[in-house]
Amino acid sequence: MGEEKKGFWSRLVAGLGKTRDNIVSGIDSIFSGFSSIDEDFYEEIEEILIMGDTGVNATEAIIENLKQKVREQHIKDPAECKELLIHSIKEQMDVGETAYRFEQEKSVVLVIGVNGVGKTTSVGKLAGKLKDQGRRVVLAAADTFRAAAGSQLQEWANRAGVDMIGGQDGADPAAVVYDAVAAAKARNADVLLCDTAGRLHNKKNLMEELKKINRILAKEYPDAYRETLVVLDATTGQNALSQAREFSEVADITGIILTKMDGTAKGGIAVAIHSELGIPVKYIGVGEHVEDLQKFDANEFVDALFNVKI
Amino acid sequence: MAFDSLSEKLQNVFKNLRSKGRLTEDDVKAALREVKLALLEADVNFKVVKQFVRDVQERAVGQDVMNGLNPGQMVIKIVNEEMVRLMGEETTEISLQPGKALTVIMMTGLQGAGKTTTTAKLAGKFKQKGKKVLLVACDVYRPAAIEQLQINGEKQGVEVFSIGDKNSPVNIAKAAVEHALKNSFNIVIIDTAGRLHIDEEMMAELVEIKSNVSVHQTILVVDAMTGQDAVNVAQTFDERIGIDGVILTKLDGDTRGGAALSIRAVTGKPILYAGMGEKLSDLEQFYPDRMASRILGMGDVLTLIEKAQEEFDEEKARKIEQKMRKNEFDFEMYLESMSQMRKMGGISSILGMMPGMGGGKMPEIDEAAAEKNLARTEAIIYSMTLKERQNPSLLNPSRKRRIAQGAGVDIAEVNRLVKQFEQMKKMMKQMPGMMKRGRRGGMFKGLPF
Ligand SMILES: Nc1nc2c(ncn2[C@@H]2O[C@H](COP(=O)(O)OP(=O)(O)OP(=O)(O)O)[C@@H](O)[C@H]2O)c(=O)[nH]1
Ligand SMILES: [Mg+2]
Repeated sequence: MGEEKKGFWSRLVAGLGKTRDNIVSGIDSIFSGFSSIDEDFYEEIEEILIMGDTGVNATEAIIENLKQKVREQHIKDPAECKELLIHSIKEQMDVGETAYRFEQEKSVVLVIGVNGVGKTTSVGKLAGKLKDQGRRVVLAAADTFRAAAGSQLQEWANRAGVDMIGGQDGADPAAVVYDAVAAAKARNADVLLCDTAGRLHNKKNLMEELKKINRILAKEYPDAYRETLVVLDATTGQNALSQAREFSEVADITGIILTKMDGTAKGGIAVAIHSELGIPVKYIGVGEHVEDLQKFDANEFVDALFNVKI
Repeated sequence: MAFDSLSEKLQNVFKNLRSKGRLTEDDVKAALREVKLALLEADVNFKVVKQFVRDVQERAVGQDVMNGLNPGQMVIKIVNEEMVRLMGEETTEISLQPGKALTVIMMTGLQGAGKTTTTAKLAGKFKQKGKKVLLVACDVYRPAAIEQLQINGEKQGVEVFSIGDKNSPVNIAKAAVEHALKNSFNIVIIDTAGRLHIDEEMMAELVEIKSNVSVHQTILVVDAMTGQDAVNVAQTFDERIGIDGVILTKLDGDTRGGAALSIRAVTGKPILYAGMGEKLSDLEQFYPDRMASRILGMGDVLTLIEKAQEEFDEEKARKIEQKMRKNEFDFEMYLESMSQMRKMGGISSILGMMPGMGGGKMPEIDEAAAEKNLARTEAIIYSMTLKERQNPSLLNPSRKRRIAQGAGVDIAEVNRLVKQFEQMKKMMKQMPGMMKRGRRGGMFKGLPF
């Protein structure tokens, strides 16, 4: 049995090695390697999408859709088919003009997500970005649960040169938000950014806590422009879809920050999320420094998903 | 969601196929198509799934379909067994240096995987076992990472070694180990900064720590929600710095956790613990078999299979019992029941019930010798023809001689076995009361084999 096991592993690892070589030599060859549009061709596309974490359902839907268009438009050339595919995903993922209105308005941004995805870092980066645009920014440290979460955000506040309102460890996060709203008003802030504690979306009471924070914001800061961003880690697989789903149950999510795009994960699940929930990706995180937050670019994202060299 | 309806889909695929025969290639293919989707949905890496499905297909075609299962379920049964095998069949612990000697453990992983929290959780586990534990704050990059470890260390009541964020992690690690040796600590756990597997400079830092202090166990901490990329991450960490085991975090979420299978597949390293929550006590033993069924996500089918297996065993037991009652007990049954007994209680519990070996002698039984004995008995029975097994009265001296030769034993041993067997039959006849007790194998368990 031991030997059999080894066989499986070594064969597999050998196979993986090949894939990596493929990636280095450019996946474009996968497309150009086909002279006609057949099942093998679609299977290659399927493989690329699945390997990019797009998920079985979204991938099937994309391919069905593509097949239909190919039929309708009498497309015969694989290269043309590929263009069509990439174009339609780009179109779908396009963010639109109004997505960043909150940057201009008097606004409050609530940042939520599961543990360790990069909420605090993203709040810090966003603070730096807005401050650079000349906006007056206040941070709310509503993670009173995780050890040293407040100090972590304080360091980001210092880096960005903005104020932070925090609370005691274990304090009610809604109370911190309440204080922060008061401070934002008093200091005439343009943007209030609220960092929250990481919470798994299947924990009922923690999700209730978010509702409470939402209620406070609605009540205490009714005229502020509301933006609620869920932070998703691009390394996450299919679970990101249930995260997006569950968080939209307790909050009106207006966008996604997709972090850790500087790794090798593709974040394809964002396509599935967009299809099912219509939530757009607004920013991507590409590192740990304050400048490593970019506005989402559908073209670049989809090209990277298919490993097309730009 | 896709997998909710999965077992339902499977039922439909095989609705008209309640055959009792063997698994055909079509059966297997149809079922494996669904399995493939389930595994992909669970985030098992695409390549891993492909290889796995291919292997199972080879194994499954031609196998008998168990009573009470349809072909689809039979395939799932095989898939599940294969997954458990791949996940590793038993739980594994972090291996420590012998006695009081210092064990140095290094925690590594991507950003946000949960290293710092897990470090503190591990500290608590070791402390409970009476070890003196030192935590080392080597994440000098992330804001407040050191403070986070200090707070958690304090909560756990273990010392945290830090010389701030102005020293290099290598120097901090060296100083910490010196400190630990001087102050007779048993375990040092080094918390390192999260890093991307493709960040050459940061990966080199871990290599340097390893070449400067003797790290006994390198642990890769992985978020259970990781997708397709898990193979790249695990493979690169293993190749670059060498890992000894894996801890999966955030398994209290609702992820299926296919990354666990991917990581096992590319590294072959054991998964040691599962993080089950944010409290510092929420670190649990990892059970590969439970993980396998979580990834497969076909709980209801698996329950059904388990039931069928039980019924299957029971059915066999009942047949034996019936034969005994009718005094039709033969060597075929003897063999069958020996293998059943093995499943139920292992060798010593079987031996305690064997004629001439029972009762008081039990404690002195030499397991190995007994196992050998049993194997010899089996060899003798296997050397009989089917007819002889079914009808022991055929066993005349020349047949016995042939059997002894075939089994490589002395003819005296064959004689002894036949005699024991006859005695047993007699005994059974004299114990009709015993036969009536519990049909569900209860009585069967008490029979002398
Ligand atoms: N490489 C990379 N690392 C990131 C990115 N965003 C965040 N990180 C790192 O991920 C880790 C976790 O980030 P945090 O901002 O603490 O995550 P969080 O969601 O606030 O975590 P909790 O509050 O503990 O739930 C840190 O080490 C960050 O430096 C990114 O875009 N790329
Ligand atoms: Mg945080």
